[in-house]
Amino acid sequence: MGGAASEWLRYLRTLRRFWGTALASQMEYQLNLLVELVAMAGNLAGSAFLLSLFFGPGQRLGGWRWEEALVVLGIYTLLDGIATSLLRPNLGQIVTHVQQGTLDFVLLKPIDSQFWLSTRTFSPAGLPEIVVGLALVGWAAARAGGSFSPTSLAQAILMLLASVVILYSLWFVLATTSIWFVKTWNSTEVLRAALAAGRYPVSAYPAGLRSFFTVVLPVAFLTTVPAEAILGRASSRWVVSSLLVAAMSLLFSRLFWRLALRSYTSASS
Amino acid sequence: MNGRIARVLLSTQYAYMLEYRAEIALWALSGVLPFIMLGVWSQAEAASSLGLDRIQLGRYFLAGFVVRQFTLAWVVFAFEEDALQGRLSPYLLQPLHPLWRYLAAHLAEQATRLPFVAAIAATFFLLQPETFALAAPQRLLLALLATWLAFALNFLLQSSIACLCFWSERASALERLLLIPFLFLSGLVAPLEAYPPAMRQLAYATPFPYMIHFPAQLLAGGPVAVAAGFRAMLGWLLLLLPLCLLLWRTGVRRYTAMGA
Repeated sequence: MGGAASEWLRYLRTLRRFWGTALASQMEYQLNLLVELVAMAGNLAGSAFLLSLFFGPGQRLGGWRWEEALVVLGIYTLLDGIATSLLRPNLGQIVTHVQQGTLDFVLLKPIDSQFWLSTRTFSPAGLPEIVVGLALVGWAAARAGGSFSPTSLAQAILMLLASVVILYSLWFVLATTSIWFVKTWNSTEVLRAALAAGRYPVSAYPAGLRSFFTVVLPVAFLTTVPAEAILGRASSRWVVSSLLVAAMSLLFSRLFWRLALRSYTSASS
Repeated sequence: MNGRIARVLLSTQYAYMLEYRAEIALWALSGVLPFIMLGVWSQAEAASSLGLDRIQLGRYFLAGFVVRQFTLAWVVFAFEEDALQGRLSPYLLQPLHPLWRYLAAHLAEQATRLPFVAAIAATFFLLQPETFALAAPQRLLLALLATWLAFALNFLLQSSIACLCFWSERASALERLLLIPFLFLSGLVAPLEAYPPAMRQLAYATPFPYMIHFPAQLLAGGPVAVAAGFRAMLGWLLLLLPLCLLLWRTGVRRYTAMGA
């Protein structure tokens, strides 16, 4: 037990070092942060405007009212920020490591290779989106009459964590395929484009797309289910399925990584 | 530029792009946004009150997807890479304006993209056969012309931004920022008819609607002011072409090769 706890602590300490140095080096480029701020503001204003087109007087979108739909948009913004800050900068490196043969050095480190590759760096570029996304979620949920009781808050946080885990696993599995085919890194662009569907509650789509976004590409679990949890109306069936999908996708990403490593023969051999 | 150079440039670029067909297929697929938006619009209560009919919406978003595929420009990225890798210096020594090379690369890439776009469009019609219709030949020609002009607009705008790389290494940030008004004002995410009048007017004051909305409506057979649209496009082209050439000429004078 003591061994496991100290192991956890070691990983946490490592994480703090990783992100501390990444932040320190990125702070050198303050203009970039300004660009990100402007881009975030423009994107959010545009998305909110686009969303407002669907809400004429008395109109709903897939049964969702305006404030409720804004919660979904807020969660999307938050997840997009996480992807910019953590997923892109880290997982984008896997393909570079494969091409340049530096993956060997990563595998030799006395630390879990999936952990190292997934958390090595942190880009502050996504921070504005993370902060504003959270603020939008809180504001819109309050206006929509969401209850902030401890249980519903705990459920909301749990669902958000599950959605982050699912998003991470999707990215990681796609990035891992670059061990076999270097070109598949481009498929993350397709993933990014398809995930834009998460800007709207999944019930806004026609039946065929709705099942696609639940079963094939779990967009529903990324934004709609957490939004329902935050609004205090998630059914236990969805909560349980969301946790299951999260656990299974994380496990799958783990197994997939092992499988990929088994067929990885370093660049020089 | 004479015909022989053009032929050689196009055929070598095409051979080069064929090597990248896997990537190009994935890029084509990453343009799915219009289809996602079609999904939302086709179900929205707001669509009928705004007078948007479901079949017309389907045609519009498919046309928007196709127009986007053939008007994409990536001069900024290619140029930045060439400048960084030091390839720009030999290009500048050749008796051919480097922008011609980028133009040939774009045309070759579009030719490589064509079969993938056709496959996606065919799949769309299989899934939604009621949207299938053949546009009248003269309308089709106008749509083709508008798409080419839209590509020219995009290409010149991108090239102007690329020229700014001569002054600042951050010029690509400008391209990233320009993408945002493009996204929301071009008509890629909603037919501009759905916008409130003030917003629509604002959009038409920019070149963005002519990059997607105008050619897409021509292709989809929607309501559109043909003459006014082409006039506006020509106006923007006449503004951007000299600007781009001027930026290039003053920029090259500032250029000192990497490592110099």
